Amino acid sequence: METLQCLYKPKEYASDQEVKWCPGCGDYAIINAVQRAFSELNLKKEDTAIISGIGCSSRFPYYMDTFGFHTIHGRPAVIASGVKLANPELSVWIVSGDGDSLAIGGNHFIHLVRRNINVNLLLFNNEIYGLTKGQHSPTTKQGVHTKSAPFGTIENPFNVGELVLGSQGQFYARVPDTDVKLMASVFIEAEKHKGTSVVEILQNCVIFNDDTHASITAKENKANTQLILEHGKPMLFGENNNKGLRLNGLDLQVVTIGENGITEQDILIHDAHSKSTVLHNMLIQMKLPDFPVAMGVIRNVESSVYDEEFHRQITEGKKEGKYKTVDDLFFSGNTFEVN
Amino acid sequence: MIVESAVIKFAGDSGDGMQLVGTLFTENVALMGNAIATFPDFPSEIRAPQGTVAGVSGFQIHFGSSGVHSPGDAPDVLVAMNPAALKANIHNLKANCMILVDSDSFGKRDIDKAGFESNPLEDDSLSGYKVVAAPITSLTKAAVSELGLDNKSADRCKNMFTLGMVLWLFNEPIEYTIQYFDQKFKKKPLIGEANKKALNAGYNYALTTEIIKSAYQVLPAKNTPGTYRNMTGNQSAAWGFMAAAEKAAKPLFLGSYPITPATDIMQELAKHKWSGARVFQAEDEIAGICSAIGAAFAGNIAVTTTSGPGMALKTEAIGLAIMTELPIVIVDVQRGGPSTGLPTKTEQSDLMQAVWGRNGESPIVVLSASRPSDCFDWAYEAVRIAVEHMTPVILLTESYLGNGAEPWKIKRLAEMPAITPRTLNQADSLWKPYSRDLDKLARSWVVPGTAGMQHRIGGLEKDECTGCVSHNPLNHEKMVHIRKEKIQRIANYIPLQKYKGKDANDLLVVCWGGQFGIVLGAVMELQEENKNIAFTNFNYINPLPKNTEEIFAKFKRIIVFELNTGQFANYLRAVLPQFKYKQYNKIQGLPFTVKELKTKFNQILSES
Repeated sequence: METLQCLYKPKEYASDQEVKWCPGCGDYAIINAVQRAFSELNLKKEDTAIISGIGCSSRFPYYMDTFGFHTIHGRPAVIASGVKLANPELSVWIVSGDGDSLAIGGNHFIHLVRRNINVNLLLFNNEIYGLTKGQHSPTTKQGVHTKSAPFGTIENPFNVGELVLGSQGQFYARVPDTDVKLMASVFIEAEKHKGTSVVEILQNCVIFNDDTHASITAKENKANTQLILEHGKPMLFGENNNKGLRLNGLDLQVVTIGENGITEQDILIHDAHSKSTVLHNMLIQMKLPDFPVAMGVIRNVESSVYDEEFHRQITEGKKEGKYKTVDDLFFSGNTFEVN
Repeated sequence: MIVESAVIKFAGDSGDGMQLVGTLFTENVALMGNAIATFPDFPSEIRAPQGTVAGVSGFQIHFGSSGVHSPGDAPDVLVAMNPAALKANIHNLKANCMILVDSDSFGKRDIDKAGFESNPLEDDSLSGYKVVAAPITSLTKAAVSELGLDNKSADRCKNMFTLGMVLWLFNEPIEYTIQYFDQKFKKKPLIGEANKKALNAGYNYALTTEIIKSAYQVLPAKNTPGTYRNMTGNQSAAWGFMAAAEKAAKPLFLGSYPITPATDIMQELAKHKWSGARVFQAEDEIAGICSAIGAAFAGNIAVTTTSGPGMALKTEAIGLAIMTELPIVIVDVQRGGPSTGLPTKTEQSDLMQAVWGRNGESPIVVLSASRPSDCFDWAYEAVRIAVEHMTPVILLTESYLGNGAEPWKIKRLAEMPAITPRTLNQADSLWKPYSRDLDKLARSWVVPGTAGMQHRIGGLEKDECTGCVSHNPLNHEKMVHIRKEKIQRIANYIPLQKYKGKDANDLLVVCWGGQFGIVLGAVMELQEENKNIAFTNFNYINPLPKNTEEIFAKFKRIIVFELNTGQFANYLRAVLPQFKYKQYNKIQGLPFTVKELKTKFNQILSES
């Protein structure tokens, strides 16, 4: 196992602070997965910065023995952008919730993704405001009764993946908080991807929105409700791994191998690296009960990375520049002498 | 005719190129060694309705050998490209001054549009002035006709014809402007050629016709010897930041969002990639400052630039920088407010916002620049204080300073004060994120990447010793006092306040920021008349210099001059309540004039 050569065991990434999430909170599984991923990635604690906004999720940096910054509501994406641009050597992780990143920070979220700055954004999506105690968020399903919508919310929720793709996103993954192994492997892929990686984590808030993802994540039926994607592998799911997806005209269709003459050859192969967003979008949009929910890395495409371009211009500017110091600049051009 | 100094105002339609003509003329006289002060004044619309008074764009420049502290009250020469430009300025002219007009633009429609009852060139209403009427539009067209330009392009050269006439009028060479065209229009040689032809034609027209009877000769300034260059306040602020970053040996990071009149600082820095300056144009004001906060956390010299409304948006993030004690500089190039207010006009009304405009007890350093050229020094000083005391610093400048220009005596980096960031590069087991220096109460700067020094900071209140999150009531009270005291102690590390005038005087004139030059000019004139008047200008607003109280105690009366309803006066009333402050305020989007100040001074002096 590679872990033998790791700098730190997963638990060694934990800080000395007491973790104060509610008992049963999905965040515990997420932090375990992050520690496991950091360990496998061999991340040096001092070269890692975790930037969060406001909300339950955003207490995360306090619990990790890395550099951390618990910032203000909705702004971790830009603070992290500043960190990465100032020091591109750092591994930069943003931890944020659906309220933080998609409501108050919606503008920064789309611009971070559009620019494609090389950071990882872990979006804890529990479809509710937890820390402010139970108001609906931009991902709350229509009709759900919340403290601020006692008659049911009338808002249309965002689909995070669609928003990422609509913002020119090149890495999007979705994972349930119930699968530490899958989360860790996806976090590793996110870190390896050059550019902005958005990982949406279907996270459970035990207090204000318990079981909102249960229909997808419940152990007893997850084989039928989750399609775990892997690049280059057929899109198979089900108890016996005999159900799959194929294209029927312009639509996706769930089929069963062995029925109606369907063979494994008919099943779509997942291509996370495809530049086209068409199939990725279709996978993102799949929902119960007609389809399983797509999990894993849905899109992972190399593209121009903002921080690399940003520093390339500066490096070239330094090489070709007329000046070496500010003194050269100050005395250049139109100057005049007074005697 | 040899004169000590002269004031010229170029006025025309927005789109006539008056700002460019003004800038080129300024550059020219600066190169001839004149002292200068400029005041660009333009509408906020890019192309306001042609021919109307609302659409008039102006550029005033005062240049000469002495007494140039401000762009001057009223012009000696007004260039009016159309009747509206004349109408907009006619109330502010010196008796017998020269008015240069484009007679081609004085058609009936133009005259009606400007709101004149009859043609002012013919109705004797300008009889008290020296009117020079030249058919500038048609002469320009004739001058460039052989180049085969379209009508519009030919027409656009008329500002250069005018510049040519004015350069002759002031006995200035035209070579510098020719060189400028060669540079500027390298890729569009035809346009460059047309501009040169128009400029030459204007110059020769003034020379050969006897339309302008007397040319002026303005003597060079009696400046301190040295090498100078012409600078606007925004440019000099940008250069001050570059110098500070180089001195501190750390990369400069600017995160900003475009806003009038601050945008030029960002645009200036974006040009200088050779310096390593990192310029990030963010998606909004909040992102601008937040990216700077991130860069400060990661160890860069972090700056964000804005104007009033943008400052309002940055408020919450400034609180975060105060709480986390990170060094960033926030520049607010003030303009008329509130809300969108007067985007292109000057005001000093963000002082309260700067000093107190945040939630919670949130003390912050506030500095202000007072001349276009010293925006350099105050940008530099803002960085020095930020990184040596681990605090955000607000630097207030004004539209009047940012856009105005004057000669800057070039400094060398070696002559500038040291900047020593509180960086801690090596692991230290005793260190805690909020361990403090006993004198300054500043914490250390430990940036990500420093081995063995991982830690977490954030907006939540933290324990005084460990830096861990703490909601302990007594700890919070203690932290509030520490943060306040930290800022107060900066007074131990800044120069004492100075004033100009005799000791124990009758009247102390107080101002802050960009009105310095104008107030100084007015005070000096009265001092020459042996009036009992002294003057002090504040650049350190919070904390105030330690001897402020001592100075105030020497004077019988104190009057505060500022372009708002009395924000600095009220600040002084809060900080030093033992004194009585009179105030004089102007809220017109315009700077003071020397004349109105002198009138006010004399009035107060006459009151016993």
